[in-house]
Amino acid sequence: MTDLLGEDELAIEATLNGKPLKRRVKARQHLADFLREELQLTGTHLGCEYGICGACTVMIDGRVARGCLTLAAQISGKSVDTIEGLTESGKLARLQREFIARNAAQCGFCSSGMLLTAYELVRSGRSISRAEIRDFISGNMCRCTGYHAIVDAVEAVIAKNAEKGG
Amino acid sequence: MKARNFRYIRPSSLEEACRILADGGGDAVPLAGGQSLLAGLNMRLSAPKLLVDIGDLKELTGQTHHDGVVRLGALTRHAELLGSELIQKHVPLLTRAAAHIGHVAIRNRGTLGGSLAYADPAAELPACAVALGATLMLRSVVGEREVRAEDFFTGLFETELKPSELIVAVKFPAIQPGTAVGLAELSRRQGDFALVGLAAVASLQRDRIGTARLAYFGCVDRAKLAPAVSAAVRGLSMPLPDTSAFAQAIRQDLAPEDTAGLRADTKLHMATVLTRRVFNSLSQRATP
Amino acid sequence: MLRRVDESPNVDFGERSLVSEKASSSTGVGARIPRRELKRLLSGHGRYIDDIALPRMLHACFVRSPHPHAKIASVDVAAARGAPGVAVVFTAADINPKCEPFVGVALHRPGHRSAPQRLLAEERAVWQGQPVAVVVAESRAEAEDATELVAIEWKPLPAVGDQLQAIAPGAPVIHAELGDNIAFDFSLEKGAPATAFADADIVIEEELRFERQMAMTLETRGLIADFNPAEGSLTVIHAHQSPFQMQEVFSRHLKIPEHKIRVIAPDIGGGFGMKLNLYADEIATVVASMLLGRPVKFCADRLESFVSDSQARDHRIKCRIALNKTGEITAMEMDDISAVGAYGMPLRFNVAEGMMAITLAGAPYKFENYKGRTRSVYVNKNLIGMYRGVGMPLACVATELLTDLAAEKLGLDTVEFKRRNYWPKASLPCVTPGGQKLQNVSFHECLEKLVRLMDYDALRKEQAQLRARGVYRGIGIATFCEQTAYGPPYYGPSGASISTQDGCTLRLEPSGAVRCITSLTDQGQGTLTSVAQIVADSVGVSIEQVSVAGGDSAISPYGGGAWASRGTAIGGEAALRAGLMLKQNILALASAVTQTPADALSIADGEVINTRSGQAVISLADVGRIGYFRQDTLPADFDVQLSVSASFVANDKMYYMANGVQGSYVEVDCETGFTTMLGQWAVDDCGRVINPLLVDEQVRGGIVQGIGAALFEECIFSDDANLLNGTMADYLVPMAAEMPDIVLDHVETPEPSTRLGAKGIGEGGLIGAMGSVWVAVNDALKPLGAKVRHQPFTPERILDALARRE
Repeated sequence: MTDLLGEDELAIEATLNGKPLKRRVKARQHLADFLREELQLTGTHLGCEYGICGACTVMIDGRVARGCLTLAAQISGKSVDTIEGLTESGKLARLQREFIARNAAQCGFCSSGMLLTAYELVRSGRSISRAEIRDFISGNMCRCTGYHAIVDAVEAVIAKNAEKGG
Repeated sequence: MKARNFRYIRPSSLEEACRILADGGGDAVPLAGGQSLLAGLNMRLSAPKLLVDIGDLKELTGQTHHDGVVRLGALTRHAELLGSELIQKHVPLLTRAAAHIGHVAIRNRGTLGGSLAYADPAAELPACAVALGATLMLRSVVGEREVRAEDFFTGLFETELKPSELIVAVKFPAIQPGTAVGLAELSRRQGDFALVGLAAVASLQRDRIGTARLAYFGCVDRAKLAPAVSAAVRGLSMPLPDTSAFAQAIRQDLAPEDTAGLRADTKLHMATVLTRRVFNSLSQRATP
Repeated sequence: MLRRVDESPNVDFGERSLVSEKASSSTGVGARIPRRELKRLLSGHGRYIDDIALPRMLHACFVRSPHPHAKIASVDVAAARGAPGVAVVFTAADINPKCEPFVGVALHRPGHRSAPQRLLAEERAVWQGQPVAVVVAESRAEAEDATELVAIEWKPLPAVGDQLQAIAPGAPVIHAELGDNIAFDFSLEKGAPATAFADADIVIEEELRFERQMAMTLETRGLIADFNPAEGSLTVIHAHQSPFQMQEVFSRHLKIPEHKIRVIAPDIGGGFGMKLNLYADEIATVVASMLLGRPVKFCADRLESFVSDSQARDHRIKCRIALNKTGEITAMEMDDISAVGAYGMPLRFNVAEGMMAITLAGAPYKFENYKGRTRSVYVNKNLIGMYRGVGMPLACVATELLTDLAAEKLGLDTVEFKRRNYWPKASLPCVTPGGQKLQNVSFHECLEKLVRLMDYDALRKEQAQLRARGVYRGIGIATFCEQTAYGPPYYGPSGASISTQDGCTLRLEPSGAVRCITSLTDQGQGTLTSVAQIVADSVGVSIEQVSVAGGDSAISPYGGGAWASRGTAIGGEAALRAGLMLKQNILALASAVTQTPADALSIADGEVINTRSGQAVISLADVGRIGYFRQDTLPADFDVQLSVSASFVANDKMYYMANGVQGSYVEVDCETGFTTMLGQWAVDDCGRVINPLLVDEQVRGGIVQGIGAALFEECIFSDDANLLNGTMADYLVPMAAEMPDIVLDHVETPEPSTRLGAKGIGEGGLIGAMGSVWVAVNDALKPLGAKVRHQPFTPERILDALARRE
């Protein structure tokens, strides 16, 4: 009976980086692979494919989520933002500037996920401590920087946002 | 790894979901937050033929507080446990637990119902549900029923859920005056699964413990009450100077096993230390 | 005055004033410039290996042994061959004949032995994860589906996983032709250690244990092999730190003429030495492409990286130190035994960890008598390969733990003990008892700077106050010296075709900009940015006018790439030479055009200037325009050479010795065994600092890997060598919440034999941090009489140490 239920390939309609998206997707394909292989949006990376490392982090309905723990099929009716879209729209500009100024990235492989996670944090507008910043980004593995410069960068953006009134 | 092949369906109602799950038998599994299921599929740990996406079903959402009972829909995301004023105020143990669950990306998607159904013995929410005396509301094509949390977790990753049955909502008693809640865990890194954890709900008169409902996680095979420790701490005053009052009781309630990198006796030691710390923190947190 | 490029050895390199004490501009040597690729990488425009697709490309997935040791009775690929999307399934019979077997032994190390390794396991698998067959399909998902259909009949054999087990009488011998499991047994002795130990007033002896660890780059390994049958040429896009090494390996082992091979390194998501080694699965992917005549991609996924990436650090070390009662060290001894996996690692010999551990032990300290022994032992595990620091962190741990304990025994503060026992400046240069050539090192200066930086005295006061209240904090100081930028004497005699030179080509563009093509590679450390700074300074342009490309074996001079902290020191020196040569040639042309003597000209801010008047006489753009398009306006015999190449290697230098010291401040919760990192400080001397920002961040990254090694990371095996924690949830890479802020400072003792004066910095962070955390945790436990000697210091190991206390 199960063989007749559902589809192994289906149509989805979603919003991707602010634009309408209409595609057929394979049921088995996770969102990160869909973005990378079907749409050539390779800025979202794979580091483990089981949700631990954070390299695949994207935004779904405005909140960070693991691209590898979401099926492409699940995004139908939702909005997805990736590193490419958030760069183009300028939403990450402050963070990117502060990251680059402090060399808060080296190989760059974790950076897409790290920036999106940092974006969710700074967007909240809350003033938070270094320890809280560390907690918030502790689901994004970085093997190159040792995290110190990343914390500095996020702290700087939070401080500048507070100065400018958000 | 890439998941094996499977089919996908998104029912538009709870009733339809239940029907599809019944038709599919063991080959159809529900997909809610997906944070546990999809990780397992990506590691090829299982091979379901059909994923039934219940993640947008309105019938599984909602937070209400009525007559001393807080009812949370099964799709309540872990992030909501942190952010909801209703939950912070009336079921603060869940808010405390949510801070330990994974990381923000996991919390934005993972669900209460998913965590309870998956029944990972190192997870926080099953233990909280047991400690709080929650009731799970279940539904299948056969009908609806309620199961107490303390009866729900039956074995290692095993629950009372019948095949094709879904958790619809969970009812929690709202916190009452004179009750304190506490949760602590030992984990190597923030957000990791607990090596040892304890969820505690206790009635306090000044610094004396009245009744306590305790549920350990991490060093157990499932979330369940710890009756011996609860009995041992009854009537004691905080702060507890040492662990002698309940060290023996812990050995009665917990029978951990050796796992890679952590022996059973170490787990017992950690659980004993943690118990004292959780109790000594309760007195600062009792509601007036 | 007019020089041709092939006469470059005669070019006058007299301009030592190039590298001045301050940065010559805000973008040259000495400037804090972020890695220039970051703007691109942080906007999602990286091109890592898995982002790249070639036309008609197929995907490989390996079938791997689930057993640490097992006979392969049969392999049935029929069902897999017929699976959807599958192009072919190759077994050992298809792949192995195309490749000369590897024998990973160093020729200059007598007695170093290894069984030959073929690409795919034939009759037997000798480690869990060893590749046995390869499915090549239209997509990775379909290839994985098909690997599940490959039916292999296994007959498990007794497996040996532990080095002591492997050398015990009666142990299963993994490679019968070797007779036993010993890969290498090496001893060295200097002076009269036995006498010194017998006569010593104080002897401290310890047994240290280091569990297996992994580099765990966030991006896993991968390559795309593209063999063109029409030309017999091979292009490999390879996430590898040394494209030239792989070009040579592919040529020699696959019998393709070397000049028909091109290896290109794309953006790489971290290397740390792991992406330097040779991998059977990668080379098998190249063979697959040769057999198919189509591009084949192999990208390891994380689960398979646990059983296929090279591993590191699997050692047991017995060490001891002898002192007289006036507090001088009289002898040291190290006895190391290392489990190196099932084969020798070709080229990047895995005896290196043990050799470095015993030759660098004690190096910062003055003493005369030393005995060291290292044995490398085969076990049924994955191969040990290069990983940041190699054996130097082990040397640092042993040395700094023993000296810290010695200080305690003598009633001396550990810093005071070091002050008294480091090699005094007056005795340099010297050769240590372990054989290390020390000169231009700065142990004392670094120590004094560290003491001030961390406010050591205040921390000791705080530690004492808190101890009285039952709070156990520890302070650990760890000194190290490190070999960086190996030269020809290191690999040359070993037989490994590893080049220790690097070079670059510089080309003036018609626009007046400068294009640099270097043999260096960059996995995040920012080496190419340092090269741009050096080129900018040496030519006389701003860094915005310099582009740098690297990592392509077809277009740059021959070179080593990235490893052993060498990029800036070696490749930067080559860039400096090339820059001066190009400048000379530019000035020659400018002289001819402006009728001004070349020695009155220089270049500043992209213009040729008259040094006497300070006036600009011609722009670089005009030099380019004339030099490329208007040669008709030049004297008939004028030779335009606006493109130059230079290489650099120090023929006789084994290494440049760098040094540093670090301090850790920790708190141990003695009830739970958990350790909290409260702070970390480091003072490093890597010679002239070309880019302080990049240097700082390399140190920070290395430090966190060192903390991870000391407290968190290990591969846990069952008694029969099955890996039990092969996921990112269970192998504990440090995440942000547990890591401390890291405060840094530097001493600069330039390397005198080069113009640039830079030494290496890539590994010092890890080396020193592993040592300082070991000492700090043990320092915290001192009042309780507990000792931890088994890395990583998990809570259980600390609780067990407390339970065992004397």
